[in-house]
Amino acid sequence: MSSAAFVRNAAETEWVLPSRGRVGMFSLIAAESAIFTIFVVAYIFYIGKSMSGPMPKDVLETPIFNTICLLSSSLTIHLAVRALRRARVNAFGFWWFVTMVLGTIFLVGTGREWQRMIFEKGLTISTNLFGTTYYSLVGLHAFHVTVGLIGIVLAMIFTLLGKVEPAHSERVDVFSLYWHFVDAVWVVVFTVVYVIGR
Amino acid sequence: MSSETIALTAIGEAERPIGERLHDWVVTVDHKKLGILYILYALLFLVVGGIEATILRIQLIVPHNHFVSPEVFNRMMTMHGTTMIFFMVMPILFGFGTYLIPLMIGARDMAFPRLNAFSFWMTAFGGLLLYFSFIGGNGLYGAGAAPDVGWWAYAPLTSRAFSVGHSTDFWTLALLVSGVGSIGTGVNFIATLLCMRCPGMTLGKMPLLAWLNLVVGGMVILAISPLTAAQIMLCIDRYLGGHFFDTQAGGSAVLWMHFFWIFGHPEVYILVVPAFAFVSEIVPIFSRKPIFGYPIMVAATIAIGFISFSVWAHHMFTVGMSSYGNSFFVFTTMAIAVPTGIKIFNWLGTMWGGKIQFKAPMLFCIGFLFQFLIAGLTGIMLGAAPFNWQLSGSYFVVAHFHYVIVGGILFAVFGAFYYWFPKMSGRLYNETLAKWHFWLFLIGFHMTFDFMHIPGILGMPRRIYTYEPGRGWDIWNLIVTVGVFFQIAAILIFVGNLLWSLFKGDPASSDPWDAWTLEWSTTSPPPDYNFATIPVVKSRRPLWDLKHPEDPDWKYE
Repeated sequence: MSSAAFVRNAAETEWVLPSRGRVGMFSLIAAESAIFTIFVVAYIFYIGKSMSGPMPKDVLETPIFNTICLLSSSLTIHLAVRALRRARVNAFGFWWFVTMVLGTIFLVGTGREWQRMIFEKGLTISTNLFGTTYYSLVGLHAFHVTVGLIGIVLAMIFTLLGKVEPAHSERVDVFSLYWHFVDAVWVVVFTVVYVIGR
Repeated sequence: MSSETIALTAIGEAERPIGERLHDWVVTVDHKKLGILYILYALLFLVVGGIEATILRIQLIVPHNHFVSPEVFNRMMTMHGTTMIFFMVMPILFGFGTYLIPLMIGARDMAFPRLNAFSFWMTAFGGLLLYFSFIGGNGLYGAGAAPDVGWWAYAPLTSRAFSVGHSTDFWTLALLVSGVGSIGTGVNFIATLLCMRCPGMTLGKMPLLAWLNLVVGGMVILAISPLTAAQIMLCIDRYLGGHFFDTQAGGSAVLWMHFFWIFGHPEVYILVVPAFAFVSEIVPIFSRKPIFGYPIMVAATIAIGFISFSVWAHHMFTVGMSSYGNSFFVFTTMAIAVPTGIKIFNWLGTMWGGKIQFKAPMLFCIGFLFQFLIAGLTGIMLGAAPFNWQLSGSYFVVAHFHYVIVGGILFAVFGAFYYWFPKMSGRLYNETLAKWHFWLFLIGFHMTFDFMHIPGILGMPRRIYTYEPGRGWDIWNLIVTVGVFFQIAAILIFVGNLLWSLFKGDPASSDPWDAWTLEWSTTSPPPDYNFATIPVVKSRRPLWDLKHPEDPDWKYE
């Protein structure tokens, strides 16, 4: 049987479906949210259940500067995507670079915080329950920042090579959804670890 | 869009060397090839998991049996459960979904073909990793072989102190790896169904199989992720000395149970909703009637999807939750029976007054209907907390969930297998052998799992490797084990039919069942590009419209 019999007059009605990139990314974000939810639940469940020190109030310092950097990178990546959509490739490169720098600052900041905790305060992942939950939750987030940064660096290299065109704005837009998600998760992690958890 | 065509490639090119053709299967991103790979892979593990189950049942055939040691019994029990859930039922359902979804919605492939291949190979290597434990599980300590912690791997059995060697690590990593693959499949299902439908196919005109797999996709990404998270925590505990589930450092063994079952119960619905999807496609075709209550079927499925995330702790009534917790989970468990019951009535409504053809796919679906109903009824019994306190951890529970998975899901899978075999292979199966398969499997199933309820009620605990004579369990265990051999005979007939039909079966036309959905509009097997011209649909039964231009469906929908 020929399937040609199904063909109606072309373009009889406009047939528009959602972008698969956006739908795919939103689905991935839903899956990632479920993973983070489990880690956050474990963190909250174990607050104050450590049987030995050090305790959160002894060692945690609120990373205000880091937080400002990461949250503002959401704004800069948005500006970058908007610039590319308007075919302003140079402006895109500038804002993309700023995003990369802000993300790197956050990651370096987390690294320095961990170094201080491990070598000065003597808290490792196996010290007590606080250490286990703290390093896994913050580490899971830092892992996502790292994955995002790898993506950002790749796109930055393509930009410097002059390979990025306005036609790519859809892909960059889909990627920026992931970065916004990583930022939003930080708001939750920050609240749980540095506000509620102390 | 509808004018989009693909230049037809020359068909009948000279047979290429076998190596090259196998290479094609390894590097393929075609949803049909990947779907068939999933199904073959799952059938392999059906045999492996079946052998493990047979070993368990032979050990239990008489009291004080010495067929295998207690250690081997525990390993077989763990591997049987893990294999059947993660490497048999899930892959075979994903395989059918991967194969059928693009064909049913008039698309040429999934939304992300390479992600599709990635997902399959992650699942495949997850299975290999699990079975490599037989060789690599000894580790430096020289203790342990295959995982022996049960498929639920409760803490503290999984801690370093009680599980030396690497067997538990292989279990954890296998589920972590295959879980990533499953999440990829879930993302792909959702994106394909929302973004790749052919012109005219609004959400309300999708075949029910497509709708139900959309719900499955959503459940997969939300339910497999907690398991992935829990496996990461277990890895941290075992490799980095973490304390998530280490009660001596303030950790909680009960938290693992919550994390496992918040995956574990939606998982049951991830497995059964695709089975519902098969039945919803097969029953109308062999009753010669459109599905009864399409919108209600969709609504009931979405309701099941939502409620399934709030019932998990009915696996934990004996842990000692608060009375409020117990009441809540009893209530939600009762509530989920309502949309499930609606579905059963809708299938019966579809059959009612239809011209029923008792072909093999329909027989398996009718078996599914009755057996799934009974499985649901014992589920309601176990969902009542006081009854559960009495029978939790007994063979009654084992009988209940095998009634769901074998009597419900596996019967529907066999039905789907026979129904779509002509489309996938281009050959007709042997109906006589298929009927032998059905009746033998039905007898074996009922001997094994009907009678398994009774030793459970008489107090026989699950997971024991042997038992004392004279407790009234002996005769029941004997009958249960004898039933297994009927099932083995049926599976041998099934495999034989599969191989014989594949090579010697009569060629199948593009539409051997006089069916109504788009996959039957293209050749059997479909070409690489599925449809030379992207179809345009106007109703839920596009082929009915085509065959009956004088009385098309779209006039009434």
